[in-house]
Amino acid sequence: MNFDPRYLDRNFTSVGTRPIRPDGVDKVTGRARYGADFNMAGQLVGRVLRSPHAHATIRKIDTSKAEKLAGVKAVITAADLPDLTDGDAAMYDILDNCMARNKALYDGHAVAAVAAVDARTARQALKLIEVDYEVLPHVTDVDEAMKHSAPLINEATFTEGLEEKPVKPSNVTKRSQFGHGDVHQGFGHADFIVERSFKTEQTHQGYIEPHACVASVSSDGTADLWVCTQGHFVYRQHCAQLLGMEASKLRVTSSEIGGGFGGKTHVWAEPVALALSRKAGRPVKLVMTRDEVFRASGPTSATSIDIRIGARKDGTITAAEATLRYSSGPYAGTWAEIGAMTAFACYRLDNVKTVGYEVLVNRPKTAAYRAPSAPMAAFAVESAIDELAKEIGMDAVEFRIRNAAQEGTRSSYGPVYGPIGIGPTLEAVKNHPHMKAPLGKNQGRGMACGFWFNFGGQTCTDLNIGMDGSVSLAVGTVDVGGSRASLSLVAAEELGIAYEQVKAVVADTSSLGYNDMTDGSRGTFSSSMATISAARNAIKVLRERAAQMWDIPVDDVVWEKGHAIAKGEKHGNLGRLSLKEIATASGKTGGPIAGHSELVADGAGVSFATHICDIEVDPETGATRVLRYTVVQDAGKAVHPTYVEGQYQGGAAQGIGWALNEEYIYGKDGRLQNPGFLDYRIPVCSDLPMIDTQILEIPNPNHPYGVRGVGETSIVPPLAAIANAVSNAVGVRMTHIPMSPPRILAALEAEQAG
Amino acid sequence: MRYIRPLSIEDASGLLAGSTGTAAILAGGSDLLVRMKGGFVEPDLIVDIKAIEGLSEIRETSEGFSIGAAVPCAVLGESKALKKAWPGVVEAANLIGSKQVQGRCTIVGNLCNASPAADSVPALVAAGAKAVVVGPGGRRTIAVEAVPTGPGKTSLAKGEIIEAILLDKRPPRSGDAYLRFIPRTEMDIAVVSAGVNLTLDEQGVVRVARVAVGAAAPTVLLVDEAAEVLIGSKLDEATLERLAKVCSGACRPIDDKRGTVEFRRKVAGVLAKRAATTAYARAGGK
Amino acid sequence: MAGVAVSTTINGDNVEYLCQPDETLLDVLRDRLGLTGAKEGCGTGDCGACSIILDDRLVCSCLVLGAEAEGRRVETIEGMAHGDRLHPLQQKFLEHAALQCGICTPGFLMAAKDLLAKNPDPTEEEIRFGLAGNLCRCTGYDKIVRAVQDAANVMKGA
Repeated sequence: MNFDPRYLDRNFTSVGTRPIRPDGVDKVTGRARYGADFNMAGQLVGRVLRSPHAHATIRKIDTSKAEKLAGVKAVITAADLPDLTDGDAAMYDILDNCMARNKALYDGHAVAAVAAVDARTARQALKLIEVDYEVLPHVTDVDEAMKHSAPLINEATFTEGLEEKPVKPSNVTKRSQFGHGDVHQGFGHADFIVERSFKTEQTHQGYIEPHACVASVSSDGTADLWVCTQGHFVYRQHCAQLLGMEASKLRVTSSEIGGGFGGKTHVWAEPVALALSRKAGRPVKLVMTRDEVFRASGPTSATSIDIRIGARKDGTITAAEATLRYSSGPYAGTWAEIGAMTAFACYRLDNVKTVGYEVLVNRPKTAAYRAPSAPMAAFAVESAIDELAKEIGMDAVEFRIRNAAQEGTRSSYGPVYGPIGIGPTLEAVKNHPHMKAPLGKNQGRGMACGFWFNFGGQTCTDLNIGMDGSVSLAVGTVDVGGSRASLSLVAAEELGIAYEQVKAVVADTSSLGYNDMTDGSRGTFSSSMATISAARNAIKVLRERAAQMWDIPVDDVVWEKGHAIAKGEKHGNLGRLSLKEIATASGKTGGPIAGHSELVADGAGVSFATHICDIEVDPETGATRVLRYTVVQDAGKAVHPTYVEGQYQGGAAQGIGWALNEEYIYGKDGRLQNPGFLDYRIPVCSDLPMIDTQILEIPNPNHPYGVRGVGETSIVPPLAAIANAVSNAVGVRMTHIPMSPPRILAALEAEQAG
Repeated sequence: MRYIRPLSIEDASGLLAGSTGTAAILAGGSDLLVRMKGGFVEPDLIVDIKAIEGLSEIRETSEGFSIGAAVPCAVLGESKALKKAWPGVVEAANLIGSKQVQGRCTIVGNLCNASPAADSVPALVAAGAKAVVVGPGGRRTIAVEAVPTGPGKTSLAKGEIIEAILLDKRPPRSGDAYLRFIPRTEMDIAVVSAGVNLTLDEQGVVRVARVAVGAAAPTVLLVDEAAEVLIGSKLDEATLERLAKVCSGACRPIDDKRGTVEFRRKVAGVLAKRAATTAYARAGGK
Repeated sequence: MAGVAVSTTINGDNVEYLCQPDETLLDVLRDRLGLTGAKEGCGTGDCGACSIILDDRLVCSCLVLGAEAEGRRVETIEGMAHGDRLHPLQQKFLEHAALQCGICTPGFLMAAKDLLAKNPDPTEEEIRFGLAGNLCRCTGYDKIVRAVQDAANVMKGA
């Protein structure tokens, strides 16, 4: 059925209210079941052996002693996961990352796994596996890895995207370029030019729930997988492909998910658990330890970025240029490319050029982390923008307003913008009381902007109306932070019934068609579109049934506020039929009533935010304290405003942690030194102030309710906002993230030393 | 592996002395269980000392305080008398880990874990605290600074257990303070720290001083030279600057994941200055 | 390795179990007793997701041996509500949307319950420091602090 996704202005009844989420009670009573909370009869405990070396050839693995240990039911190595990827390089990398084949490529790379009757036996078995390594030189720093002298991580890597194919391999897998105009000419027109280099360290998504799954493979070739994931349909595809199964024979159920932020978009342990279960003939539960989560899953890129921006005296930017180097772990990625696309997306530029380099290093495979690649680029660009405003003598907000992109602007990465929120967020910040609040000694205020594309994608949804008039909504996008509440609101809105009449669930892979994963801020955007479409399909059936009950033409039946109404004077004597009345009669009018929807959600509206931050710096120790923080962001339409605020606050908090303290610290031996929450320092409650939010609603023209994604943009501005605040507090420009106390103190002392 | 909960300190000592494999004492477990989880230790014998009579008590005597080896740090914070007499020791103990950890961890455990960065140790050293050691050879009392001998190492012999920590009764016009530097506001290990303990005369002149610096050397440093700087002064600006300089100079820190040599050196002095100022105010100095 | 027989009280009920000497109370609760409300986020006492109350004291159950529970009183998230009546903290966490993914929520609720038992009228700063042993990666803590403030007000009035 044709679905018209265009935005139509309307008065909302349910959307925009703040009801309690449907999964709430289970989550405050301990009943909700997450990845590690599920068990199967006869289940074994799986454990993974990991490389202690950053880079090593695996000469031989002897598992015989482990296999002989009483209670061990299966031991696997790469040999048990044969290469079935058939030339698909990206899938081969996933396979190799799940279980190292010829080389261990980072500290923590899986090399073998066991399934045993209990955890103790599994631990003992790991100690009995003998791996013969030939340790190779390694490189973990992104700039070092680009040097000609750097050890090669993959000798078959020849940089893509160069005009001529290089003759020598390197650690740079790809060069990409974006922009328009002529930057050389643009800089020629500039009165002021700021040029600076920046570095950001690698961070982890830091979800509190470690990766966990239970796999059960039967001898008939069917299998079940219970797993915490952001995308169970994608996990099914990947696992089925890697294990040589038919996708339909693998049923994947997504558990409640204890945080993902992009980090639960990749399979790691799941193919291993399935392979162990297949070999042992019993279900296998595999749960990562926190140490494994840090060493082997998730992290974002470390970066090195050069920025050059020029402007005229009147504050018009004439040219902007960026070179961005992003680490991708030991496998090819597109992280620098994304960074290069987002870098200048906030601005209206005649001359802009960005170049990205994807760089291999001996660190875990880079995974998406909330607006992946954008925060680092924004840190560099927004720091330089602030510095340039200062040189020109313009207010930082005014300078940005003057150069902000608008509807019709050709973005730095290509497309022409529709209605967008960068200007309005800047105006809101300009007028926010936070900007006028007084500051004390050693305190500074900074602000910065951020951009994220937002995704749409494949989505499938079922809406079933029970005979009592209640509605079950089955969605295939994993609920990572309250989307079941917002999708129930959308179903209630479209059907014209109460929120309480709708119950949303996340269906397993055998119960619903394919859905892309919950990433790119697409969960509520895409699934609300599919929910509206499904509801409209159900309404069509409801109208038909009402027409049948009344014995009038269906075209004479309209749907209003949860009721069928016969339109026209000829039907003046007919009352309204409620959804419940029609549902109750459905057994006699043609059977169950449902609406189904499968679509590709196009037209995700781009998202912009501007943040304000007050910081106090202790000049004797370099310690910082966040005193006040304000987020202003465009939501398109806030379906459940409380959870929209929550997304703004959570992203800001993650950005604050990244800006100030979070970083992967590698030793000279290439081993990760801080794989735990003690020394990988995510913000604790006492580190943060309340985080004020202001939701702007500039409707997305490509969604019936105007919804845009809201989840990711909020992590983009904080790095720069805090760096600008530190600069304004104590007069030093911080160019290295995180701005940990030793780095700030060193910068202050260098400044004093002149 | 065996888990045993003896009822007397002599039994506990005997179990440890007689053990053939790796034996571990369990009080709060906040270090032991972490090491077990990480696979760094697999004890053959765990001796839980919490059922031993008297070990979970703080006793106030004519000489001062005796803090049993199994008293959780949170209980120290709930003792009004102890908090009044030794606020620096109590604040140090209440900085270890989180509320959850403070409900379990003990100052004896903190001492015997022998981390150079242990929070309670600089405060105890500054306070001149003593440890009562029970072992196969009987009971002896030693200065707390004599317990750790290097990272993870103590001077305790096989079979020896620290039964209690002793803190003296306070003379009038005394005060102590402890400060540490951490990147967050909670939940961190000290990057560097300082404890200062002062007694003043009626004119507010420092007569007795002890200064200790943590996380700046393999063990906590008792900086005699820093105490000498303070004695005879009223903590004027110049004295504080000298104190900072002496403390920075006494440091023998390392670069590691938590901080750099330069940072630790500089901040050791800053913290000593600030802790001295607080201790002075607590002692009634103006 | 010989198992240790333990007799204890969990959420008011007498419970007996056999555990290994090196098994944590968290593992006993989750794997032997089916009480999976306490979560393992780190296993090293750094995240607070496994928080329980042991003899009126807040602890990380990952840093307690199962054997240590002998003769003691254990309170877990499963015992927080009275029948189908939620504790005011549970209700306020729902109303304020003080959870997104919810994995840290049981630990926060136990920590907040312990905090309010010891300090019924905490300042914002006392709440923030009192809950600093519990990590949340989703909310930025804002709504958690507000929920605890609101619950404290309700409980004072009760």
